[in-house]
This record gives sequence, C-alpha cells and structure tokens, in this order.
Amino acid sequence: MSLAAPTHGFLSPTGVEIAFLLVGLVTFGAALVSVTTRQLVHAALWLVVTLGGLAVEYLLLTAEFIAWVQVLIYVGSVVVLLLFGLMLTKAPIGRSPDADSGNRWAALTVAVAAAAALVWVVVDAFRATWIDLDGAAAGSTKVTGESLFQHWVLPFEALSVLLLAALVGAIVLSRKAKADAAGPEVPGARDGQAAAERAEGAR
Amino acid sequence: MHLVYPVVLSALLFCTGLYGVLARRNAILVLMSVELMLNAVNLNLVAFDVWLSKAAAETLHSGQALTLFTIAIAAAEIGIGLAIVLAVHRNRGTSDIDRLRDTAEGPESDGPDSGAPAAEKAEATT
Repeated sequence: MSLAAPTHGFLSPTGVEIAFLLVGLVTFGAALVSVTTRQLVHAALWLVVTLGGLAVEYLLLTAEFIAWVQVLIYVGSVVVLLLFGLMLTKAPIGRSPDADSGNRWAALTVAVAAAAALVWVVVDAFRATWIDLDGAAAGSTKVTGESLFQHWVLPFEALSVLLLAALVGAIVLSRKAKADAAGPEVPGARDGQAAAERAEGAR
Repeated sequence: MHLVYPVVLSALLFCTGLYGVLARRNAILVLMSVELMLNAVNLNLVAFDVWLSKAAAETLHSGQALTLFTIAIAAAEIGIGLAIVLAVHRNRGTSDIDRLRDTAEGPESDGPDSGAPAAEKAEATT
C-alpha cells in the first residue's frame, strides 16, 4: 500500500514538494504569529503574509486563476478592510495586554486536539495518493472560465444576488453610523442622536 | 506532489484559525481568524480538485468553482461583519467580545458586569 508507484517516494521529494513545504512553513508560521501577537495591526500584516503564501501554494498546485483571485480579493481588499476596521474602532497601536481572552488555554487545548485528530485522519487516509501535476494546468483561466460558465452559471448568478444583498446590508448598517457620528462615546450618544434628528429635520 | 502536503497544511491552518476564534478578544481579530479558517478550506478544495481533475474523468472543476464562490462569500462576510463590529463599537464604545454579555444566561447575568451595560443599552436605545 505504501510507495504505490515506483516513481513516487517519500525519501526523494520533487522540487515542487520542497517548494510547497517551505512556503507552507512560512504560511503556517505567519498564521501562528497572526493569531498570537499582541499588536493588533501586526496581526493584520502577518495575515497578509499568510494569504500571500497561500496564493503561492495555489500557483504551485497549478491553480493560477484562483491564485490571482486570492491576491486581488484577500490581499488587496479584505486586509485593507480589516485595517480600516482596526483603525475605526480605535485599536491601540502598541502592545495591548488584553488581546487574548482568559480562556486561551482551553482554546489551545481544543485547537491542538483538533489538529492532532485532523492530521492523523488525513495522513492515514491519503498517504498513498499523489497529485499528478504534469501536463496542462488544472486551473488555468480558460479551464476555470469554461467550467464556471457552462456548469456553474446558476450559482454564479445567485452569488451576484448575494453580493448585492451584502452591499445593501453594509450600506444600511453604515448609514446609522453616519447618524450617530456626532457622539462617538457612549455618554454623548443621545446628543449625537438629537443632532442627527435635527439634521434630518432640516433636510 | 503528495496529496498529504496541502491537506496537512490546510488542517493546520484551520486549527490555527480555530485557536484564534476561541482565544481572541477583539472582534476584528476574531474575523481575521475566521478568514484563516475559510482559506484553509479553500486550499483543501483546490488540492482535491487538482487531484481529481487528473484522476477522475469528468469533475466539472467543482473544487475550483466552489473556491471562487467561497472567496466571494468570504468577501461579503467580512464586509457585513465589519459593519456590525463598527455598529457595536459605536453603540457600546468597545469591540471586546468578552464584554458584550447582554444575552448571556446563567449566574453571570447578575454579576457586577450587568449594571453598566444595561444602563448603556438603555441610553443607546433612547
């Protein structure tokens, strides 16, 4: 069962496997730093390293369209949104001692147990399986576009409706932000609301 | 490439995100950890799609299509989530999820924490 084909071996990894392993180590390390650092802005910046490393992993898996979508959407916009959120909620720039809650040891236990179980199960299940990366790329833009617009048109259109709903929802949630913007602190909320009502009346 | 490499990396990233979701206090850091978990799932989908597109005959490239859908849904989720976090921060002055205990049940609801948030809530709803 082990070493199924003579061309594959555990002790002679190919160059793609070595590159995948190195980038994977960087990605995993950046993810660990991102969830454990006490500086909130640094957490977002380490998240950039993690997402960029994942884009490189997609490229190594020959899924190039997914890789560039990952770079565009995650590294380009999601991280910028997260940084905006951190700054709009007045996150402290330096070290914040209460970044982790009190149940971090329980969380660590759960995460380590889940990691051990998952890694054991998937290694046991797929230890004799190899991905064939030769030949045409499995995820080039042509292949992905053809499958997306031949077989997945209906989910694609439904997704556009979902994005529209999310857009409208975010605008609705943020309009209240504008009405209360005069009173950022809680004691001034009533004044801010009154000012907003006056503004509404004047309009 | 051995399939175990991407799958193990995906499992480890998922558990890192799980730890972040459970251990972090700031709501935005929790959202970051959720993004990590979604990315781990994406890596799994891409790896299995690349494997099956060569091993099986016709797979509709479902893994990569689902990855694109997951990325779009994650983008929508992060937008809505950040809007909610900003609204909570505006009303409460904090984005610390340990202090948002209005709907908490049990003996903690009578603790010393319950007075101030109730007053804040009453003030915020007037």
